[in-house]
Amino acid sequence: MNQYQLTKLAKRVGFYALIAVVMVYAIFPFYYAVITSLKPSSDLFRVDFWLSTVDFGNYVQIFTQKSFVRAIFNSIIVSLSVVFIALLLGITASYALGRVRFRGRTTVLLVILGVSMFPQVAVLSGLFEVIRGLGLYNNPAGLILSYTIFTLPFTVWVLTTFMKQLPMELEEAAIMDGATPWVTITKVFLPLMWPAMATTGLLAFIAAWNEFLFALTFTLTDDQRTVPVAIALISGGSQHELPWGPIMAASVTVTVPLVILVMIFQRRIVSGLTAGAVKG
Amino acid sequence: MASVNLSKINKVFGSTHIIKDLDLEVGNGEFVVFVGPSGCGKSTLLRLIAGLESISGGELKIGDDVVNDLPPRERGVGMVFQSYALYPHMTVYENMAFGLKLAKMAKETVDDRVMATARILQLEELLHRKPKELSGGQRQRVAMGRAMAREPRILLFDEPLSNLDASLRVQMRNEIARLHHRLGSTMIYVTHDQVEAMTLADKIVVLRDGRIEQVGSPQTLYQQPATKFVAGFIGSPTMNFMPAELLGSDGDGCKVKAPGLGELALPQDASGQRHGTDLTLGVRPEHLRLAEARGDNSFEIVNVEYLGNEVYVYLEPQAGDTLLIHRSEAPSQWQIGQRVALVPETEHVHLFDADDRALPLAKAAAAA
Ligand SMILES: Nc1ncnc2c1ncn2[C@@H]1O[C@H](COP(=O)(O)OP(=O)(O)OP(=O)(O)O)[C@@H](O)[C@H]1O
Ligand SMILES: [Mg+2]
Repeated sequence: MNQYQLTKLAKRVGFYALIAVVMVYAIFPFYYAVITSLKPSSDLFRVDFWLSTVDFGNYVQIFTQKSFVRAIFNSIIVSLSVVFIALLLGITASYALGRVRFRGRTTVLLVILGVSMFPQVAVLSGLFEVIRGLGLYNNPAGLILSYTIFTLPFTVWVLTTFMKQLPMELEEAAIMDGATPWVTITKVFLPLMWPAMATTGLLAFIAAWNEFLFALTFTLTDDQRTVPVAIALISGGSQHELPWGPIMAASVTVTVPLVILVMIFQRRIVSGLTAGAVKG
Repeated sequence: MASVNLSKINKVFGSTHIIKDLDLEVGNGEFVVFVGPSGCGKSTLLRLIAGLESISGGELKIGDDVVNDLPPRERGVGMVFQSYALYPHMTVYENMAFGLKLAKMAKETVDDRVMATARILQLEELLHRKPKELSGGQRQRVAMGRAMAREPRILLFDEPLSNLDASLRVQMRNEIARLHHRLGSTMIYVTHDQVEAMTLADKIVVLRDGRIEQVGSPQTLYQQPATKFVAGFIGSPTMNFMPAELLGSDGDGCKVKAPGLGELALPQDASGQRHGTDLTLGVRPEHLRLAEARGDNSFEIVNVEYLGNEVYVYLEPQAGDTLLIHRSEAPSQWQIGQRVALVPETEHVHLFDADDRALPLAKAAAAA
């Protein structure tokens, strides 16, 4: 082996080592959560990185708790509703912002972007008043409303960028064929916007699924809670015992669907996110 | 099928006036081609007729109906776009059926119409393909099929062939011409390819800066251009222009003096012009003969292009001037560097006044 080949080999080894580090860094916490969830509670504080015995006791425990099952159900309803509403409003808004020429269009877009910069805490109290005023306190509908407010700017922004790229002549062809704007959106644009919709829809879903602050503030009773809050409120046998096993089991349970969703849509997400970056 | 009638049509975008008081008559079944330099308003005019742009002033009639305020679908027009604009997620069949379904036609009618259109355009084999599985020429035909399927009263084309390569363009040009013969429908076609204009049109409309420069048959435009602009725009290679001075005129024609050509007796009526005025003389490359140089009136041959069937000879009047072009059948005896005399065929020479309008033929010459 000469010098050149050696350097090449070294570079290669270095490259894969770096990848390994990144992988461990990214995956280890999740891996540890899975391991913990599968340990019997007696083993909990024995630190070891390999699983010797698999014990589903923690999972049985959380799924026999009615409030947790109920929380999963609430989360699904809330997240799906947010996705649906955000996409519906996002698509129609992006048509207006991307296609219809009107005065103040840029201003509207900038305001939308600006709004999405506010931290959640900043609007918490204001939003609380709104939700109480609407009679949506301790009601999943209140969560749907507040999550949509935070999801919509991003959705509108991405979909508008995407919509702007669709050729003008395509829309005009539809107009010549006698299509109304609604028909153009649903029959011509929607089928072409799946990548963007999958991206924004999934991100909206994840955001709604994982949201904690609003969910904690706007709900009161166990049967109205969503998963993140429910997990946080899982309590152990006594005041001094933190039930790590069940908490980890619950966390894994609610994360796995997300991972699967992301895997399914990953190619679309990439094409959706890069849309607008490069002209096709 | 229908006629189209534009009177005093105007289009203003913001503060720019694009189409200015335009009058035009398109007869039933006519094939009309809009030509003109880029940005002169060809597409805008077509889109005004289609209903994709609103009319700022004037009246647009299709058939007997004033359609100014009708949306495109109620005007009975079909349009073929430059980029084809086929719906990428639909098959050829669905592309053509889309408009028919939106018009709430019965399923059988839709099927019949699509099939009939597909037969005319030889698309039957391709009905179940998506646009991305088609060649450029096939996409072009689908785009035409989609516009035709609704049996519009008028078919509009905006540079439909400009995305095709040269040989396919010739082939599609032919197909469009045959289609027009077969269907006899009214067609309006925008192009800046003058060969397309000459070969397809019953009537060519030359536009310039939102105004009509001249309307006429290809032959009229070629033989009797009304202005220097039309003369230079129609014909390839373009007409040669040279300065000329008016020496005198009578009922039979006029006499001019052009540098390098000497004195010429021309059939134009220059009675409206003052003697000594500067005119422009125009000669098409094929109406310019070359002869052995004699005396001062000679030009140097700077280039000879051999095209197989014909030869273009480029001459330089004076260093730095625009080149003059002579065109003749191959083979040619002329060589680069030779000095030659130019002899225009005076019966084919055009004269333009200071405002670039063509001078009419004198009565005697016109009668002959
Ligand atoms: N929507 C619009 N807003 C403002 N100006 C426009 C608009 N559409 C066209 N124009 C202007 O109108 C003029 C004519 O445009 P048009 O597209 O009709 O030209 P054209 O003759 O088709 O040119 P080309 O041969 O390049 O296609 C251009 O100067 C163009 O900038
Ligand atoms: Mg154009």
